[in-house]
Order: sequence, then structure tokens, then C-alpha cells
Amino acid sequence: MKEFSYTVQDALGIHARPAGLLVKEAAKFPCEITLKCGEKKGNAKRIMNVMAMGVKKDNEVTVVCEGDQEEEAAAALEAFFKENL
Amino acid sequence: MKVLSGKAAFKGVAIGKIREFGEKKVEVNRTSVSDVEAEIARFEAARDTAASQLGVLYEKAVAEVGEENAAIFEVHQMMLEDEDYLDGIKGMIRDEQLNAEYAVSVTGQNFSEIFAAMDDDYMKERAADVKDISARVVRILAGVEEGGAAMEEPSILVAEDLAPSETLQLDRSKVLAFVTRKGSTNSHTAILARTMNIPALVMVSEAEHVDGLMGIVDGKEGKLIVEPDEETLKDYRDKLEAQKKEQELLNSLKGKPSVTKDGRKINLYANIGGVEDVEAVLANDAEGIGLFRSEFLYLQSNDYPSEEQQFEAYKAVAEKMGGKRVIIRTLDIGADKQIDYFELDKEENPALGYRAVRICLNKREVFKTQLRALCRASAYGRIAIMVPMIISVWEVQTVKEILEKIKEELREEGREVGEIEFGIMIETPASVIIADELAKEVDFFSIGTNDLTQYTLAIDRQNAKLDMFYNAHHPAILRMIKMVVDAAHKEGIWAGICGELGADTTLTEEFVNMGVDELSVSPGMVLPVRNKVVNM
Repeated sequence: MKEFSYTVQDALGIHARPAGLLVKEAAKFPCEITLKCGEKKGNAKRIMNVMAMGVKKDNEVTVVCEGDQEEEAAAALEAFFKENL
Repeated sequence: MKVLSGKAAFKGVAIGKIREFGEKKVEVNRTSVSDVEAEIARFEAARDTAASQLGVLYEKAVAEVGEENAAIFEVHQMMLEDEDYLDGIKGMIRDEQLNAEYAVSVTGQNFSEIFAAMDDDYMKERAADVKDISARVVRILAGVEEGGAAMEEPSILVAEDLAPSETLQLDRSKVLAFVTRKGSTNSHTAILARTMNIPALVMVSEAEHVDGLMGIVDGKEGKLIVEPDEETLKDYRDKLEAQKKEQELLNSLKGKPSVTKDGRKINLYANIGGVEDVEAVLANDAEGIGLFRSEFLYLQSNDYPSEEQQFEAYKAVAEKMGGKRVIIRTLDIGADKQIDYFELDKEENPALGYRAVRICLNKREVFKTQLRALCRASAYGRIAIMVPMIISVWEVQTVKEILEKIKEELREEGREVGEIEFGIMIETPASVIIADELAKEVDFFSIGTNDLTQYTLAIDRQNAKLDMFYNAHHPAILRMIKMVVDAAHKEGIWAGICGELGADTTLTEEFVNMGVDELSVSPGMVLPVRNKVVNM
């Protein structure tokens, strides 16, 4: 298992467009990828899940990657968050 | 004959058959199916069709409104691939032996309720997205054509209001005019009408049951005339004829330089308020953008727009304009333009208060975000930055220092920064009087005549009682313009006008004679002003 945390900087939080990009990025890896934010949990490969979490600016998100290529997935997603959110 | 009134959103006359733009509703019944696998296959085929329709819409939207605004259609496509959504639908078909139409409709409803219940306005709007994609799949399953109007001939389109996805699907060559029962002069339809250069009316609440009738749209008076009598019809046919002649004359000026008979050239630019206006700028053959009001980015969102969002918008405009100059005015809010999240205090005298560059120099982080976005966009076109409400030299120097630091920062990050012209708005009497000093600091001046007139004459234009004192051509204003132009030329920089006065064709000749280098007007006024220039 590989995980990292990130505090969202984007003023709108994880809104539709970045949620879409995030799902696309997550879909590149075979492992399971879970987003956690406070009490809420969601599957990073499912757009409705990600959007329904309603992650806002300044929320801390923990991304957990488990399974094949978890290292690569975590590194790629960490870079994605820094770049887009 | 019936005369219905509303609000004019774009001028012009149109005569033709009225067509109602209807969202086609599909009646969904709950029925049992015996072959569930066949029903699932039917659903999957419909979903694939929906996805490819959205793909086409996305491509069309990218071309017409830019990638940023088109992204919503890509998100719609992804929603259609969402496993939870699909599992919900397939589960209902399989476990309860229900028909696909019903399963899609109920699942769509369930998901949209999740979004509707969120405490975030932006996310609440996403509820409509889920409903929208579900309705699309249901339509395909039921074999119903997409909503729209059956327009065999060019017609006057009447609708409640039009969503971006709806206007994108229109065959624009078949629309003579837009009439909406709701909407505002800033609604999507109104903007589209300006872009297409066709008349538009909004808030014509009584425009019901008019489908198929003959109609006249008067975009000047804000009227929709239904089943006009012979006399009215003749009257408007004459107006339409005059309008066509005028438009033909103006169209013949497209591609021609704005040069007077004795060879003096003036740059004719356009004012815009958003990325979507660029189409109108190009259609009217403006030679550049003289005023890009960046406020729209701030007014449209519920919180400070990010650097990335701004960058995308500026880049889109720069790219669409090719190598032509794009002058972007930095944030100009305060006074009559209020934005909640800036949390500005109420002021006794907002026109003389905390606004424009005064806010920017106080909220440095907000200003820096905008400048960073502008500098990054400069790698994609010919960007110029213009700062509003300047009264002192130190303000200009401070902005320049911040700007230089940002350029350095970006280069250190390995980002490309293009050549950026830096200018200021001249819209306060103070800046006119010290224009000679200011001219040493900048690359250009752009005179904002609306504020300059208000401050110089001490007249609030909203106050009707002052009409008798108000004179748009007051000699004080005209002399000030001359002073500014002279001060600019003495330092070897250029000066233009981007206020309403710039579009006043009774003054065009005087401006050219004064040596004004540039006039920036609304896109629709570019050709009328050019007509004036080439004939002098």
C-alpha cells in the first residue's frame, strides 16, 4: 500500500473538470485507488464518486493506492494533484 | 396583430416564421422485460450512441467556445462511463426485470439527488448534468429525435431560454433572430446573437403559442410583432431592406485597412468581455482587441479564479487572435461592479472609493495570480497588459516592479514569457494632467472616456435629472484627449480610446485629426467606424 496526503489549493475544489482529469489519470493504473477526505471515501476511478465527495479548497485529501503498480500510481497522482489542484 | 414586448438584447430587424424551440419530453413507463440480457444490450448500444453524440458536441464546442468551456461535455462523457451509474442501471434491469428507459431515468434521478443535496452551489448544478445525460440516453432508447425546432426555412426562434448545449446544436444559417421568454441581456443567447450579428429579444414572457405564425422582431424597440398587418409588414420590409444595404456596404469594408483618403492610419480594435466574444471580433474584422475586460472571470465564479483558469482564458483569446494585439485590462471591480467573495465594505461614495488598481495593490496575492496568468499566456500570442484607475506615477512603478518580479519567477520555473506591452488607462483627470510623466513609464495609453467624463464633469450618468447638464462632447473632454495624445507622442508611445466615445462616429474625424492612434469599440461598431475613416 502506498499513500500520500495533499491539501487542495484550487479555489473551486475538485470540481467537474479536474475530477474528470483525475479519473482519467487514475484509470491508467491497475491498482485500486481510494480518495479519503474527512469521513468521506471514494473510488478515484469513478467520476460520480469523486464529484460526490465535494472536496473543497483547503480540504486535506489522502490518496491510497493498493495493488499492482501502486508506487507508480501514487507518484503520478501526487504530481497530478500538485499540477492541477 | 399582437405586439409583445420584452428587452432588446441585440439590434436589428427580422421578418419570418416563428418556430418554438422545444425540449422534447419522453414519456417513460415502467414495464417488465423477459429477456434481460437483450435489454442490457439495448441499453449499452444507446449509451454508446449517447457517448459518440457527446464526442461530436465536445469537438464542436472546442472549436466554437474553447477547450475550457467545452470541458463540460467531456465530463458528461465520463459520467456515461461511470461504473456506479452503469451498475445502478444494469442492476435494475437484471434484478427487477425492468425496461431500460425506466432504469436509466430512475438511476439518473437518484444520482442527481446526491448532487442536489450537496451544500455547494457549483456541485448542485451538476445535478442537471446527470439528468441531462440520462435524458439523452432515454431519448435514444425511445427513438425520439433530439430537442430542437424543425426549421426548414430560416426562422425566428422562440424558446424559454437556451442552454449552451442547445445553441451548439442549432443550424445557425436557419436562425433569423432569437426570442426568449426568460434570460437576460447577458445570457448565453444574447451573447450568441451579438456574435452572429442577428437581432435578439429577452424576457418576452408572453411569447407563448406562437409556433408557426408569422412574426417580426424589432431588436431596437424590444418588440415581437405576431401576425403583423399589411401596413406594419410593409413598414418593416423597408427597414429590413435599409438594414441589408447598410450591412452590405459594411461587409465590403472587411479586409480593408482603416486608412483615410490622405493616407492616415488608425488601428480599429474591439472591446470584449469574454472568450466567446472573439468570434464577433473576427467576424467584424477588428484589427485587434483594445479592451478585454477580465472581470468576467471573477464575476462568473464563486471564489477567486485560479491562475490556471485565467491562463486558459487569456491563452484562448491570444491564440484565436493569431498575432494580433490583445490588450487585457487587469481586474476592474469596485464601484458599480461588486463581487461577494472580495468582501468589500459598503461605501458612501463608491465611484471615488476602493476600486480597480487600488484593490489590486492591497490584495497583492489576487493581483499576482492574475499577472502570472497573463505572463504565461503571453507565450501564445501578442498580449498587452493595461491597468485601470491610475492617478499617480508611483502606482505605475509599483505595478511594473511586481510584473518584473513575476516574469523573473516564471523564467526561473522554466516557463516561457513572451514580449508584453505595458500600458495604463487614462480615466481620471489627475492622470490626464500628469500624462507627460506617466508617458515615460509605459508603452501606451488607453483613454477610458466613460469614467473620465464622469469625473471631469462631476456628473453621474445614472441620474436623469442631470441630463440637461451632461454633454458627451464637452470641450473639456475633447481637450483632455488631445492633451493625452500629445503627451504620448512626445515620449514616442501611442494613445487610444476604449470608452464609448470611441464608437461615436460623429467624432471619428476629430479623433483622427488629433492623432489618436487607436479606437477600440464594440465588435459591431468596427465596420461603421471604418466606414467613417475611409471616407474622410
